[in-house]
Amino acid sequence: MESKVLSNQSPSLADAESWCALGAGALLLFVGASRRSVVGVCVALSSAPLLYRGITGRWPDVLNGYVQSDSTKAALGGERGVHVRESVRLEVPVADVYRFWRRLENLPRFMTHLEGVTESPDGKSHWVAIGPAGLAVEWNAEIINEVDNKLIAWRSLPGSDVVTAGSVSFDAARAGRSTQVSVHLQYAPPAGKAGALIASLFGREPSQTIREDLRNFKQLLEAGEIPRATATA
Amino acid sequence: MRAVCWEGTEKIRVDTVPDPEILNPRDAIIKVTTTAICGSDLHIYDGFIPTMQKGDVLGHEFMGEVVEVGKDNTRLKIGDRVVVPFTIACGRCYFCKQQLWSLCDNSNPNAWMAEKLYGYSASGLFGYSHMYGGYPGGQAEYARVPFADVGPLKVPDTLTDEQVLFLSDIFPTGYMAAENCQIRPGDTVAVWGCGPVGQFAIKSAYLLGAERVIAIDRFPERLALAAGQGGAETLDYSDVDILAALRELTGGQGPDACIDAVGLEAHGTTLDAWYDRAKTSMFLATDRPHALRQAINACRKGGTVSIPGVYGGWLDKFPLGAAFAKGLTLKMGQTHMHKYMPLLLERIERGEIDPSYIITHRIGLEDAPAMYRTFRDKHDACLKVVMKPGDKYGATIN
Repeated sequence: MESKVLSNQSPSLADAESWCALGAGALLLFVGASRRSVVGVCVALSSAPLLYRGITGRWPDVLNGYVQSDSTKAALGGERGVHVRESVRLEVPVADVYRFWRRLENLPRFMTHLEGVTESPDGKSHWVAIGPAGLAVEWNAEIINEVDNKLIAWRSLPGSDVVTAGSVSFDAARAGRSTQVSVHLQYAPPAGKAGALIASLFGREPSQTIREDLRNFKQLLEAGEIPRATATA
Repeated sequence: MRAVCWEGTEKIRVDTVPDPEILNPRDAIIKVTTTAICGSDLHIYDGFIPTMQKGDVLGHEFMGEVVEVGKDNTRLKIGDRVVVPFTIACGRCYFCKQQLWSLCDNSNPNAWMAEKLYGYSASGLFGYSHMYGGYPGGQAEYARVPFADVGPLKVPDTLTDEQVLFLSDIFPTGYMAAENCQIRPGDTVAVWGCGPVGQFAIKSAYLLGAERVIAIDRFPERLALAAGQGGAETLDYSDVDILAALRELTGGQGPDACIDAVGLEAHGTTLDAWYDRAKTSMFLATDRPHALRQAINACRKGGTVSIPGVYGGWLDKFPLGAAFAKGLTLKMGQTHMHKYMPLLLERIERGEIDPSYIITHRIGLEDAPAMYRTFRDKHDACLKVVMKPGDKYGATIN
């Protein structure tokens, strides 16, 4: 339900970078402004992104694509990245729900934008999603935590189109008659070409997209099918 | 196939649309043998129901013969004769398991729309706007029925279509309204609105043990039916002061339970009714709850107000103070069809009731547009219209 966008790096490193940027920016501005010439104006103007970084703690958005890390730790550690939390409750035993989700090939059956997931024997998986314009986004992921009938957590691997991580937990509810599935998904805030694609994949309200996917999941497991009103809708 | 389509407020057209197909494993396709226009279809006709789209196929009261079944539907066979409940339910979610079938979690593909308006979505409905799923309705030659392995009720050949058709909505709806009154021997029940649901609420209140039923309306033919077939005492609200009359009939105590079988388009002759008309006509309010206000004011202390009448939006001047002061119980909602259908079929088979007594008009599908208007305006003593999609032309008016 919550979506937060924060800086992409660790606090101490980001602080040092901020002070350096602020100092360098101020120096350029001073030097440029003190020379009343075309070169001076250019030097002074070149201080803008440094000052922006120093004051706001972020690089201007236009530069984001060049500085973003593809490591989930750097991009998504702590509260960084976009966070989406959604949950759903089903009248299906925990073990069945867990088994269905753990078979990652099943995920595209209820996640609208996922085209396919292939799992290899080493525990790594390859994911393909298709955006509204028909463009593919691909990433490799690995499972980083797995507790039977309780939890699955994963993260994307370097070299992927997106930096993403997430976890899904399975808890018994209503005295064990129901299962509550809670998803926590993170991805790096939109940057560059892939960022724009991700933004369009998740739509303007990422939590709504995830909620609809979880609704499909519940319908598929409880009712055995996802309801449709007409052949086209 | 031919189907009755909504084209806009007060615009109904019979059009040729694509035949339905099996889309999901638990589906069935029904060849509609008999269908009906419901009073709640008139709320759509009058433009009170949001999220309708031009071309939507109407109708949620229908029955027929199974002509095709999905691969996971092991309960129905081709050729089965079934009545279809107007609410669509999966039979496996928390709500279906609690017998709260009309609150099914899994049958509305557009649940997000209803969530925006109501917080959570109830079940999908046939032919009743996109907020309720956008399912094509049954005023057509064929209809697709989702979750057909739990919904449609098989009916014996010994009963005619007209005897069992109203198991699709209005008989169970009237029955649940009466059951919600928690009737005890000796109770008096007052019923606002003598349309089809009101008529069945009257009958059901007696079936459930009420000593007296008092029916309220302004149309003489409806009051006559409530008195004749229903056995109710009647009050004409255009003629008498309802609150005073009910007080007098109940020795100053008030009815033990009150049923609002009118809903959001109530008519009235009192000041608040004119106020509602003015506000809804200026789009300052969505519903006209005159009958409901009166039912709450009339009800005895500690009594129950049961609301089968449909409401859709926000109510103005709702007398919650009166309900609170008198410790009333309010019960409402769409009918939990799947729970009541088998039970009421048994009552029909035992001869306790023959619901066909409310039918006033029998027509072919092509006559639907004119008949919507006749029914809405209550012309020609119109109370209940049934249609035979097989008889495309030529109205036979009873």
